[in-house]
Amino acid sequence: MTEARHERAPGDKPSREMHPSAPSEFLVYTIGLFVAVLLTATSFWAANTTLLWPGGVFLGLAVLAITQMGIHLVFFLHITSGPESTNNVLALAFGVLIVFVVVAGTMWIVADMNANMTMPSGEPMSMRMQH
Amino acid sequence: MNLLGKLDWNAIPLHEPIIMGATAFMVLVVVAVLGFITMKGAWLYLWREWLTSVDHKRIGVMYCILALVMMLRGFSDAIMMRAQQAVAAGGAQGYLPPEHFDQIFSAHGTIMIFFMAMPFVVGIMNFAVPLQLGIRDVAFPTLNSVSFWLTASGALLINLSLAVGEFSKAGWWGYPPLSELQYSPGVGVDYYLWSLQISGLGTLLAGINFVTTILKMRAPGMSYMRMPVFCWTSLATNLLIVAAFPVLTAVLAMLLLDRYLGFHFFTNDAGGNQMLYANLFWVWGHPEVYILVLPAFGIFSEVIATFSGKPLFGYRSMVAATMTICVLSFLVWLHHFFTMGASANVNGFFGVMSMVIALPTGVKIYNWLFTMYGGRVRFTVPVLWSIGFMVTFVIGGMTGVLHAVPPVSFQLHNSVFLIAHFHNVIIGGVVFGLMAGYNYWFPKAFGFVLDERWGKASFWCWFIGFYLAFMPLYLVGLMGMTRRLQHYDNLAWQPWLIVAMVGAVVILGGIVCQVVQLVVSIRARDKLRVTGDPWNGRTLEWATASPPPAWNFALAPNVTGKDAFWTSKREQAKQGKPGPSRAYEPIEMPKNSATGFVSAFFAVVIGFAMIWHIWWMAGLGLLGAFVTLLAFAFRRHTEFEVPAEQIAQFERAHQAGAAV
Repeated sequence: MTEARHERAPGDKPSREMHPSAPSEFLVYTIGLFVAVLLTATSFWAANTTLLWPGGVFLGLAVLAITQMGIHLVFFLHITSGPESTNNVLALAFGVLIVFVVVAGTMWIVADMNANMTMPSGEPMSMRMQH
Repeated sequence: MNLLGKLDWNAIPLHEPIIMGATAFMVLVVVAVLGFITMKGAWLYLWREWLTSVDHKRIGVMYCILALVMMLRGFSDAIMMRAQQAVAAGGAQGYLPPEHFDQIFSAHGTIMIFFMAMPFVVGIMNFAVPLQLGIRDVAFPTLNSVSFWLTASGALLINLSLAVGEFSKAGWWGYPPLSELQYSPGVGVDYYLWSLQISGLGTLLAGINFVTTILKMRAPGMSYMRMPVFCWTSLATNLLIVAAFPVLTAVLAMLLLDRYLGFHFFTNDAGGNQMLYANLFWVWGHPEVYILVLPAFGIFSEVIATFSGKPLFGYRSMVAATMTICVLSFLVWLHHFFTMGASANVNGFFGVMSMVIALPTGVKIYNWLFTMYGGRVRFTVPVLWSIGFMVTFVIGGMTGVLHAVPPVSFQLHNSVFLIAHFHNVIIGGVVFGLMAGYNYWFPKAFGFVLDERWGKASFWCWFIGFYLAFMPLYLVGLMGMTRRLQHYDNLAWQPWLIVAMVGAVVILGGIVCQVVQLVVSIRARDKLRVTGDPWNGRTLEWATASPPPAWNFALAPNVTGKDAFWTSKREQAKQGKPGPSRAYEPIEMPKNSATGFVSAFFAVVIGFAMIWHIWWMAGLGLLGAFVTLLAFAFRRHTEFEVPAEQIAQFERAHQAGAAV
């Protein structure tokens, strides 16, 4: 087709001709599975542990979840930094940007409105109609 | 338990003469069309060649027909509202009772955005993008057919609401708590929600299809910076569709959960927050504006460049402006609810972003003006629409920037000044663009041009009618008139609203001219017949026959620069003979498939059953849709081969026709 002849779709197998030194497919999936299971198990452990400061548990779970996404992208969807996945990386970046804008913007807007709705007593003004 | 859920004979509004009259007219038209098809014995032809077609050109044409039909429906709502407001002043109540008027403005907005503008935009993209890219079809042809039929299903449900039950009275946004069960217990909001869910799914699938097509399937040599501008704006639009429509689907699904399963996302009690609905709705809603207008910008770019006989001025800046708008359109949504109670910081940020987004649009206006400057402009119908657009859109854009100032928005929020503003940009931008595209690509689709005189008459009626209809609304908006008034007491508004009514009648004249133009052109088609390149075009769609064969291009075009077809014409003229001939090869084409039609049929069943709470029928519909998809997934023969012989024969006939 176009100049990006060797471009791959997400989930395509990495081609042996292009990267003769690439690790075997089986190894890639096995490492991915191992790391993913490890991260999942750690999440379950972190959620139930009393060893950590409670606030740290949320932070830890968020970090583990984001790492999990990264593992999936690299080991299962084969997103690389190479030229053959330029489109995929750009699409991913666009998606991440939009999700960030929407989530962060919504949180900002709604939190701001909640703050504006706070009564002088510090109680949130009830939005509900009193029946 | 009732087998038919909430449905009974009371659902048909027999006591409403206006609704029953409209229904009778609709039924009459449908019967006439079906009768005509039966008389001509065209059912098999229609089924084989159109309803099950996976050809992007035919699907595009069907999208456009759907849009034009729905435009008639949406416009009759509009002219009814204008007539009502022209008479219902002082103590007068007009001829529309409030509950009917509420349905009319809700239906007008919903239809015009989702079932007129969207199908028209997607239809023109469907038709033109693969041809401009020099390819044989979109990436997923059957999915394309599914997308179209899902959109048509949504339109069918909306039209059904006229005769069976009622439509939403909660405006085209469906803001809760008004749209919640407590305040809208009827089926109107459910009709709104299900038709948007079904058609929204179709639009999302179309978006995925086109992003894939444009990114992965261009003709050899067509790098990104050689793509026609219409393809660029289509790419931006479809990226926005993929990013924004899931938000709409999610927020409408939450409202559905509230209404059907007693959830509390947006209710007044139990911790619901209706502001989140407004927020999420406009996270989709603002990009939607650009989803509609970016392809129109693309059409103007093609039209202006072609009819000025010059390459587009500032191609790179046009591309940059398009992609800037694509990203910025996600950063302005709060300007739809400045008055909701956010602090100055939040309002200020979104106000500034809203002003910033006007800049890339300004860049485009100058690009078009400079393209015309020094060119030999042919004042054809598409060019008239384009120039009319430039004048009108600049006015609409400036009132838009005015709205971007939060304190001004506090004054103008929900006034008819706002109505005038967005009609100014949507009619002046999107509709004018679609009309330009319709006149521009019609000969490519059907092999004959549209009548010029009726086309010009139509343009002038629309253009003058638009100013007559909406400039008075700016004035009465400043005088304090709010939107959605069934009647009003301030007699000072009435003269202006009568002028607006006259404007709507003039627009009606424009629509009549368009219908006449189509009829006249079809009857005189032998005289109006053209070859592949009636406008001396610049892009690849003009390189093939009109109408193009199913396979679009006998040989994959070789692209060596921008304006690929123009370049190759110039080279041929220089060499004095056509380029080296290549042998034709057999072409693999996707087989037609009833998947789209059948799954959309089941979508209508599911939607109708859910609206009326007929659970067993919804279950059957789901099962049917699932079985349809299974049948598609397991089919063995997905393609057929067009023999090289047939292609060579077609090409010889086409060359002979072109030479005459």
